[in-house]
Amino acid sequence: MATAKQKMVHWDPADIKAELIKKYPPKVARKRSKQIMINEAAENGTPEITANVRTIPGIITMRGCTYAGCKGVIMGPTRDIVNLVHGPIGCSFYAWLTRRNQTGPGPDDENFMNYCFSTDMQDSDIIFGGEKKLAAAIQEIYDLMHPKAIGVFATCPVGLIGDDIHTVAKNMKEKLGDCNVFAFSCEGYKGVSQSAGHHIANNQIFRHVVGENDVPKEGKYKINLLGEYNIGGDGFEIDRIFNRCGITNIATFSGNSTYDQFASAHQADLNCVMCHRSINYVADMLETKFGIPWIKVNFIGANATAKSLRKIAAYFDDQELKDRVEDVIAEEMPEVEKAIEEIRPRTEGKTAMLFVGGSRAHHYQELFREMGMKVISAGYEFAHRDDYEGRRVLPFLKVDADSRNIEEIEVEPDETRYRPRKTEEQIAALEKAGIKFKSYDGLAPDMEPDTLIIDDLNQYEAEKLVELLRPDLFCAGIKEKYSIQKLGVPMKQLHSYDSGGPYAGFKGAVNFYNEIDRLVNSRVWSYMKAPWQENPQLSAAYVWE
Amino acid sequence: MLLRHTPEEISERKAVTINPAKTCQPIGAMYAALGIHGCLPHSHGSQGCCAYHRSTLTRHYKEPIPAATSSFTEGASVFGGQANLVQAFNNIFTVYDPDVIAVHTTCLSETIGDDLPQIRKKALKEGKIPEGKYVMCASTPSYVGSHVTGFSNMVKAMTEFSESTGRKNGKINIIPGWVEPCDMEEIKRIASMMGVKSIVMPDTSGVLNAPLTGQYKMFPDGGTTMDEVKATGDAVGTLALGEWCSADAARALDKKHSVPCSVLDMPFGLKATDRFVDALRKIAGVNVPDELLVERGQLVDLISDMHAWLYHKKVAIAGDPDQLIAMTEFLVSLDMWPMHIVTGTPGKKFEKRIREITAELPFEVNVKAKGDLFLLHQWIKNDPVDLLICNTYGKYIARDEDIPLIRWGFPILDRQGHQYFPTVGYKGGIRLMEKILGAILDRKDRDDPEIKFELVI
Repeated sequence: MATAKQKMVHWDPADIKAELIKKYPPKVARKRSKQIMINEAAENGTPEITANVRTIPGIITMRGCTYAGCKGVIMGPTRDIVNLVHGPIGCSFYAWLTRRNQTGPGPDDENFMNYCFSTDMQDSDIIFGGEKKLAAAIQEIYDLMHPKAIGVFATCPVGLIGDDIHTVAKNMKEKLGDCNVFAFSCEGYKGVSQSAGHHIANNQIFRHVVGENDVPKEGKYKINLLGEYNIGGDGFEIDRIFNRCGITNIATFSGNSTYDQFASAHQADLNCVMCHRSINYVADMLETKFGIPWIKVNFIGANATAKSLRKIAAYFDDQELKDRVEDVIAEEMPEVEKAIEEIRPRTEGKTAMLFVGGSRAHHYQELFREMGMKVISAGYEFAHRDDYEGRRVLPFLKVDADSRNIEEIEVEPDETRYRPRKTEEQIAALEKAGIKFKSYDGLAPDMEPDTLIIDDLNQYEAEKLVELLRPDLFCAGIKEKYSIQKLGVPMKQLHSYDSGGPYAGFKGAVNFYNEIDRLVNSRVWSYMKAPWQENPQLSAAYVWE
Repeated sequence: MLLRHTPEEISERKAVTINPAKTCQPIGAMYAALGIHGCLPHSHGSQGCCAYHRSTLTRHYKEPIPAATSSFTEGASVFGGQANLVQAFNNIFTVYDPDVIAVHTTCLSETIGDDLPQIRKKALKEGKIPEGKYVMCASTPSYVGSHVTGFSNMVKAMTEFSESTGRKNGKINIIPGWVEPCDMEEIKRIASMMGVKSIVMPDTSGVLNAPLTGQYKMFPDGGTTMDEVKATGDAVGTLALGEWCSADAARALDKKHSVPCSVLDMPFGLKATDRFVDALRKIAGVNVPDELLVERGQLVDLISDMHAWLYHKKVAIAGDPDQLIAMTEFLVSLDMWPMHIVTGTPGKKFEKRIREITAELPFEVNVKAKGDLFLLHQWIKNDPVDLLICNTYGKYIARDEDIPLIRWGFPILDRQGHQYFPTVGYKGGIRLMEKILGAILDRKDRDDPEIKFELVI
């Protein structure tokens, strides 16, 4: 039970860390202590953190499951693929419209995202197997709606009873003829977090959809945007900026996306990776199979947006694009600067904590920097070591039992369609000019020394951190929101943005400044105590005057 | 159109559920467990279940929902979750220190056959459950029943802790069913108005409508205490509100300690509240005070005042069986016409009850247990209605078909008030009337041509 009354003004991160793990049983304390890192500059980078490991049972974690990562995160935002969940009703119900992925029906008037499809497995299906019911469900959906694709998602019992969803999908695809049916073995118990589900989704979408459409896509500067989920309309804002710059976004993986976007993704000339954690697999596979290089971008933060646009322009090495990008930045920035000038006196020096996702705890630091706010502690819910320490650690990552059972698909260069977009010399020249390919340095180098970086933060540690450090703002997800706010500290959801957004790009940055200004300066946080609690002494009896 | 792929023509579906009107057992068990004071719900399964239930309950209540999970991985799924659960007990009691852990299973742990009472026994033996602490166990397979079944199973699991001293304590057990925290509070208020000493179990009031004070209490002041749970065995009798939610627990108390029980409908609307009050009066041997009679009279007064706006208005409703039965009866008592009634929860008895309640209507109602909102929408397309009563998911139908919507049931993800303003009892009936009339009359004011637009209604 915490009361966040006193703020520790001068704190030693080692003391805070000790405080966080003090109450744990010894085994838990040992494990957690490896996932809590005091940031400092070390030789060749930052200190080592343990990540992507099992959550300790009974510790109230923020994490979800593999199904959530696969169906909820990656496949959820595609509007014209029917997502059929094979399992008891709950899994499909909870992932029904709860992630705020925005989309419109598009010119083909197809949008299944407002629907929830489930085989609603009953005990008889568990005992006798659910394959027949699954096949029948696919047929019923086809007869009702004629979608161009149906994705089938496995839930926990499906793997346990051994339903062969891939064969059912294959058979139904053949039977239906004009409907691509594919399945995802994303049972909730696989892996240690949502992250395994991202990987499974990436594999299957690459295997079954990417490269299916060779009808040429027009565009001078063709890119894919990977790892952007259009929460609160982020993707709309980024697309608006791309359009202004003359950049053609062939496919977004997967915000506001369509089947055809994925199918045509191999036609792009550059992959821009937003969320490294959830989608780097697709970026690597697209490079190996089709010869499309990838760069890391970030459209969270006005400066980061400008920087990312310049990176894209530098890649295409075309003066017309470079000029256009500079013009767009010059036109967009005044509004951003005006907003910063307005709010910064009220946000300057305030502190924030960010515990979210596999990239957002990093990306959003850009916006807080622009507001003059300091991020004193941050961490991811389901990231791997490379998201903290950079891809330089990839060769040293230990593959444990939980990672080993997530399929790695072998990709070979496509016989006819592999086409390196740049020569080795061009790549070398671009790298010399500062464009890094296949590169991500992670969160730690961007955080100040002596800040605390914590992986898979749990309820107890969150409460303790807020109690000890009393930040002006805490950012995490819906489950954490109200316990933090009960402490009198505003909490911003950075998974679903509460009800706000977009926060990406230039207009999104302005939205975010205003939202954070509203949160950290709200009057409500001064109402915790009634006047008689502040001044409990009784005075002499009142009389009417 | 938000639901542009829903055809008017109804075809039979045997395999696919579209836009469900139910969810799975464990979330109900979690909600019920939050109604025990000092209790931490625990989900014995992979961590996604717990995350989803916490998220959904949080979105509905805008309150913290603490709950832990056994965090199954593939290994635990193969070798069983015993080690995970025993470890979880130890960690939870050390770090969070609840009085009670209420464990429920999931489809995962049920499919592999984990036996909760056996694991609890082992944990006890190993000293992982400290003296004076409790572990409740409910089996809640997601592939049986619905969230309502899970609620019922957890409430039944509570009765395991009832004790009988052989001396009656003069109290009446009231099992309120899956209603809102404010409804549980209202039920207690009515009982106390009548001078009845009651044990309401579970009781989420003061837990899921807690104040903001600058202090976070993982275990808020509300909830049925374990002493009260134990004392249910010595009660004079039990009133179970709702066959689906509450009857099993009441019957278990009867079986275990011979505490006689009556199973009533949930007290929504005039008649069901009348029956509740009458049953409470009889079982406790008390008189109904005038104040309560005044509340009843106020509800009747409002019905008579506003009857014109309700008369023969067509209504579609979706939700859970106990709520729908009482609501359908209320609507019929207002001379409204409930036409389409859907619950996702299975139970042929439901359809039978609804047919009985609506027998005197001049048409045959569409009613389905184990139905879904997709079917409800198709019914509405075929036979339009004036009002839809549903959880938040109903707003997609309401907008497409341009029907006024009253949000009632679970979950409500986009409006406030359900935690604070009860809809049970006579006062709750007045609140329901206010909502119904507000929806119908707002629509009238929106649609009336200028010459028909009226100041006084």
